[in-house]
Amino acid sequence: MRRLALTLCLLAGPILGGGALAVGLPSEMLRDPAQEQRARDIGHELRCMVCQNQSIEESEADLARDLRRIVRERVAAGESNAQVVAYVHDRYGDFVLLRPPFTLATAALWGAPFIALGGGLAAIFLLLHRRRALPAAAPAPLTPAEQARLAALEDDSAR
Amino acid sequence: MIAELGHFALALAMALALAQSVLPLWGAARGDARLMASGAPLALGMLLACLAAFGALLYVFAVNDTSVAGVVQNSHSAKPMLYKLAGSWGNHEGSMVLWVLILALCGGAVAAFGRRLPSALQARVLGVLGLVAVGFLAFILATSNPFNRVWPPPADGNGLNPVLQDPGLAFHPPLLYLGYVGFAVTFAFAVAALLEGRVDAAWGRWVRPWALAAWAFLTLGIALGSWWAYYELGWGGYWFWDPVENASLLPWLAGTALLHSAIVVEKREALKVWTVLLALLAFALSLLGTFLVRSGVLNSVHAFANDPERGVFILVLLAIYIGGAFALFAWRAPSMAPTGVFAPLSREGGLVLNNLLLCSMAAVVLTGTLWPMFADLLFQQKISVGPPFFNTAILPLAVPLVLAMAAGPLLPWKRAKLWPVLQRLWWAALLAGAALALCFFLAGARIGPALGFGAAAWLIAGAAADIIDRIALFRRPSAALSRARGLPRAAWGAAMAHAGLGVSIAGMAGMGLATDKLVALAPGGSTTLAGYEWRLDQVGDVVGPNWTARRATVTVRRDGATVTIMHPERRFFALARMTTTEAAIHTTWLSDLYLVLGEEEGGRAVLRIHHNPMAPWIWLGAAFMALGGGISLSDRRVRVSAPGAKRATGAAGAPA
Amino acid sequence: MSDIPDTTPKAGTPEPGPASAPGLGRRRALMLAPLGLAVAGGAGFYAMLRGMGTGTYDPRGVPSALVGRAAPPFALPPLEAAGLPAFANTDLTALPGPVLVNFWASWCVPCIIEHPQLMQLSREGVKVLGINYKDKPADAATFLTRHGNPFARLGRDEPGRVAIDWGVYGVPETYLLDRGGIIRWRWAGPVTPEVLEQDIRPLLKRHA
Repeated sequence: MRRLALTLCLLAGPILGGGALAVGLPSEMLRDPAQEQRARDIGHELRCMVCQNQSIEESEADLARDLRRIVRERVAAGESNAQVVAYVHDRYGDFVLLRPPFTLATAALWGAPFIALGGGLAAIFLLLHRRRALPAAAPAPLTPAEQARLAALEDDSAR
Repeated sequence: MIAELGHFALALAMALALAQSVLPLWGAARGDARLMASGAPLALGMLLACLAAFGALLYVFAVNDTSVAGVVQNSHSAKPMLYKLAGSWGNHEGSMVLWVLILALCGGAVAAFGRRLPSALQARVLGVLGLVAVGFLAFILATSNPFNRVWPPPADGNGLNPVLQDPGLAFHPPLLYLGYVGFAVTFAFAVAALLEGRVDAAWGRWVRPWALAAWAFLTLGIALGSWWAYYELGWGGYWFWDPVENASLLPWLAGTALLHSAIVVEKREALKVWTVLLALLAFALSLLGTFLVRSGVLNSVHAFANDPERGVFILVLLAIYIGGAFALFAWRAPSMAPTGVFAPLSREGGLVLNNLLLCSMAAVVLTGTLWPMFADLLFQQKISVGPPFFNTAILPLAVPLVLAMAAGPLLPWKRAKLWPVLQRLWWAALLAGAALALCFFLAGARIGPALGFGAAAWLIAGAAADIIDRIALFRRPSAALSRARGLPRAAWGAAMAHAGLGVSIAGMAGMGLATDKLVALAPGGSTTLAGYEWRLDQVGDVVGPNWTARRATVTVRRDGATVTIMHPERRFFALARMTTTEAAIHTTWLSDLYLVLGEEEGGRAVLRIHHNPMAPWIWLGAAFMALGGGISLSDRRVRVSAPGAKRATGAAGAPA
Repeated sequence: MSDIPDTTPKAGTPEPGPASAPGLGRRRALMLAPLGLAVAGGAGFYAMLRGMGTGTYDPRGVPSALVGRAAPPFALPPLEAAGLPAFANTDLTALPGPVLVNFWASWCVPCIIEHPQLMQLSREGVKVLGINYKDKPADAATFLTRHGNPFARLGRDEPGRVAIDWGVYGVPETYLLDRGGIIRWRWAGPVTPEVLEQDIRPLLKRHA
């Protein structure tokens, strides 16, 4: 499940919302482009605590700059993405993670697409299946006067 | 004086709205033709009153009347006139007046263009619109009056947030509100149908143009907002899944679903109850957005700063409108007999799938947006739900939607076989596969953008396949041209809109291949990126009406020839003590060259250079979508009301 | 055909629904769902608005991740001009009573607002330990000379790394530690008289 989620994330990230970056200093960027890209990917997962609703990669705030530096230092030191994120998470808590942790408490959140889809399908089947199981709504039974008229009409057409 | 006139106009509008809500609804309930007919003139009167109020607002901002509180808080004499005027709606109070003006505009439009509607329906629609207007006018008059006076008047105002001093501000809110508030009309139609107790094919036909118009405007409004963020905020991104952005996306998703299910109501008289619910939902989501943005419960860079008391007022309005509408729905809808039988695999089935996927996407976006707030309220848990979540969660729903979009329009009504349809799309699949492979192998084995290009090709080719199929281009080529001329505009509109989405996806995929570089250059120094040479000529000082700036001049060359000269700036607004970056963008329509000036240190200027392939296509695609909507709207069959208006018994042949 | 009665329903009367009752009941239940969701959402939003008024719901506040943990390791240089001893995390063990750790800077306007409260606490004998964040020593010294010096110890965190270790995201921030050196409470923002009376005093009493 985790790997599937990770693969989906890798697909989704470059498709949507790519390209947002704050201006920093060239000296702050890592020399190795692969490492720099890794640092950016990590940065896009971390929330800027000061400006709220931007990641540290997009924010021009001082704190974001400091955190970007820390992320790059740790990537250059060889830490994995998970380790760097854990370092920041350890200090700032769940709030700093733009990707909510996948726990029992957030199961409904991460499951939302499937719950919505499943619920929708269930509702459709519930309504349509019941309709198809029913014969077409039976008309109200005829009153005696109407029955007499029907008999008269049938006699007429039989002639 | 003018401010007092504006204030009076608002009060007058509220009185007229009250009459507009009571009289026609009562008339429709009693069958009184005169009362029902009173709706239209009252709506037009209310429109005039709102125009007067809005005019007064523009006036006090234009002359910078600092005895008016709104002007003091949000404006300044040194601002250029465009921003003085646009700034009138760049704050909470003024934007509410714009909101109500557009609502009045919608009422006026229904009064003017809805003359062919059955009188009871028109009366009810105007009545509901009046009801909504009453609530919001009351909100303005009670809590958010832009005409409040300040005494003694200060020498000058506090100025407008520098980030908002941009032409985008002039267009983004009005377009957005035309969309949001436009869905009030479809909401009113749905409530009218529930009050009347019937939904028929004619109702579907009447609702569709209003849904199309609102949807087209909302598409433009969202696209403009995204483009504005891209060029103004200097980050190079275009969508952040910010709660306020989501608040505009939710009615858009519901509106798109509404657009499609209304077709089924009109053509096949099925999905009636569901379409009514969608119409209620689209406006309910608009109202929810209004609440989230203005109440202060949300944490967002976009949100207006507000106190909880205003929030409670809006919440009460929501309870009345949304709660009332849903209660009416729960009461009346079950007795509307479902009709219209169709096989699961059919155009109706395709449209049901479309609705299912769009509404699931809306559910996901809603959940993600509200989760942090409710987690905080109920469990004291502070978590963030940001772009990584939304990007990941939307994908499993977006992919089937894109796949189905090309096939859907080719499915026949009532019952279809899939294989013949797929056969007609074989070349679209081929193109999609080719696009995917091309991108994958040429642009560095990036699976994300490759899938994006594949999806885009699939959609655009699929839209073309739809048209080709309709005009039988390959089966009977000689007659194709005349068939094309006879093809209803709605068919062209739909194809253009679907292709437009493909164009937008191509743009997003292209942005996934964007490259950038951060350099510090001394004047005369240069660097290369994406085959271009970027040379910094000089950095100088510039003075604007209410700002000073450092402006860089950068020459961009390719193969020895100068492509363009770009001027990124770093502006400093003395009054607000804020610095903004003005990115320099040069578009070749196939890509954007995007340049941002950073700080200067030791004679060298920091430049961030971006090459964004296909970026303009993101917003171009949205323009095509809106254009497609407009073309459909111009189709007379879509706009002219059903034959029912002519016959005395109304649309009696089609009971709900 | 004229003698067949016209059974077309008139406008305004709902058509007869499907015949079966359980089906109707299920439809009714399903169609009540939007209202139910809206009511639940509305109740939640109302609770949020009320909470904003009372302070129990704060969309902008963030809790500290360090509450319940010991202070992170650090050793900061002193501010010579102030004549105060340096500050390291080793000073935060085996304390005689609860202490406050305050992050501040001379360029921070709310820090001026909260300074009188810190002075008062230090006068009452509460140990206030300071960390000067991203500041020049001369400016910090001037600040203390001008506004008073409430600190028992003072460390200078010019790079700002120690602040990040504490999870600080703005100045001023104040932490309350118990005598075991465990962080019990964090306040982001200036310590106003209300915060002093309603939050700090009860906490000092609880952890005394």
